[in-house]
Amino acid sequence: MFEFCSDPEALERLRWFACYLSNGKHMAFYASFGTVMVLLAITAPVAMAFGFAGASAARSRILPIRWLGKGYTAIVRGVPDIVFFLFFVIALDQAFEWMRHQIKCPDWADPIRQGNDFIVCGAAKLPLNTAPQWIHETYGFFLAVLTFAIVFGAFAANVLFGAMRAVPMAQLETAAAYGMSERQTFWRVLVPQMWLYALPGLSNLWLILVKATPLLFLLGVEDIVYWARELGGFVNPRFTDYPHGDWRLFYFLGLLVFYLFLTWGSERVLARLTKRLSHGQATMGGEAARREAQA
Amino acid sequence: MSCLETIQAYGVRALGYGERLLPRSDFTLCEQVTLIGSGMIWNIYFGALALVCGFFLATVVALAKNVPSPWLRKPAEAFVFVFRGSPLFIQFFLAYEAFVLLPKAGIPVNLGFVLITVETAWLTKAWAGALIVLFLNTAAYSGEIFYGALRAVPRGDLEAADAYGLTGWARFRRVVWPTMLRLAWPAYTNEAIFLFHATTLVYFSGFPAWKQQGDALYYANYFADKTFNPFVPYPIVATYFVLLTLVVIGFFGLVNRRLNRHLPQSNRPRLRIRPQVIR
Repeated sequence: MFEFCSDPEALERLRWFACYLSNGKHMAFYASFGTVMVLLAITAPVAMAFGFAGASAARSRILPIRWLGKGYTAIVRGVPDIVFFLFFVIALDQAFEWMRHQIKCPDWADPIRQGNDFIVCGAAKLPLNTAPQWIHETYGFFLAVLTFAIVFGAFAANVLFGAMRAVPMAQLETAAAYGMSERQTFWRVLVPQMWLYALPGLSNLWLILVKATPLLFLLGVEDIVYWARELGGFVNPRFTDYPHGDWRLFYFLGLLVFYLFLTWGSERVLARLTKRLSHGQATMGGEAARREAQA
Repeated sequence: MSCLETIQAYGVRALGYGERLLPRSDFTLCEQVTLIGSGMIWNIYFGALALVCGFFLATVVALAKNVPSPWLRKPAEAFVFVFRGSPLFIQFFLAYEAFVLLPKAGIPVNLGFVLITVETAWLTKAWAGALIVLFLNTAAYSGEIFYGALRAVPRGDLEAADAYGLTGWARFRRVVWPTMLRLAWPAYTNEAIFLFHATTLVYFSGFPAWKQQGDALYYANYFADKTFNPFVPYPIVATYFVLLTLVVIGFFGLVNRRLNRHLPQSNRPRLRIRPQVIR
């Protein structure tokens, strides 16, 4: 990156580090922090959507839909989520390939499961064997996002379901008395009010989601944990211009600090959001805000 | 091999006894259930020991956080923040790398009259290293729970203790501590369940499984990798964990009954189980 980096062996310490920390692999390492952020940015809304759908389904009047919603929230609880992370990625992958197989190769005679192997026709492979590398990586990332969204959606559904029940009954009855239809009551009265009740649970969930992001590594995505292991490990002088010993400890310390900052920042933002949402609400927080404004 | 023979061969494989080679082909359901079950020994070992040791440190942390003097309070707050604010996964990695850096031959300690060597090699093994991380982690989480409960001890109880002339250790032992535990118990039960779930991370982070002696998820992953079929081993792990969760809930429910035995039946708080996600 810098001009003086052309001959690393002649550098003194500070410059050596400047060069070392800006070489190509480190740029990929820094970019992987972006991967984590992208994961958070995509997963959070998708999980919220899943959660909202799940919570609405669990409130449905139609029995099968209600079972679906309740079953979704119930399954993910009580089982370590890492099991789900490992399970869903293979299961989803196989489900997609199986569906494509049914559509693209209807006259395939061999069974798909041959003993220990899962074999679909070449055209149904996801991604195709001929696809470039970046498609393989994006597909892996997409599977990871979907897995995160499914697992965290179940927890969000749980929180939102509780929040919907916490909205005072009198509010809903008032809406009914004004002649609102059930749909109107749901969208105009219940949903705007439930966020305050959902926020403590959701902020907890957000912090857990932040701390779950290193699991990306288990799902085979080249994330910060992957790069920290890769870059930190002992490097043989024969293969690199920047030989060093085992520095993984320092790389992981860096990750630790990154996560602590992320948690600390989120906590501050969430505290502010809580204050904002309780504005004008008939709760202790809302009352305190009103007093403060008056004084 | 009949199922009984399989159990004899692999029942305690996770501890290194029995058949050395893991099954390599033609996996039967019995083999999967037995091996994953033998891996559960490690999950129970990590969870139970970390919980028991963590309980005491958590009490200390909660008390330290409640002290007005910043010399005790700040370190306790920092401890809780670091362990609650970062992923357990990273903590495992970090601890492993740190333990690996310790000199293999041990650290010589000069006590003045005698030179002893502190062995460090065992720290890089999962049974000790991961246990230390889990212990500190659960201490931080439960410390925060206990701290919240400590702040919630009713003032009337403390005034009553003063009126009886109880001070210092006796007041803590007979009034503050039992009330704190009573208030914290439902949340602490969740923490316990949560911790058992977290034990599945051990062999997926820095700590390698030695001679293929891993926990339940390690074996489940082994089978899923070999058979390309996640639909058998992972549900088996899930079933084992649901059973374990039920046992934990049962045990903590008994303790909860004992803690609340002085209250009239209708006032006793019920345990509300809300297992959490990853830490």
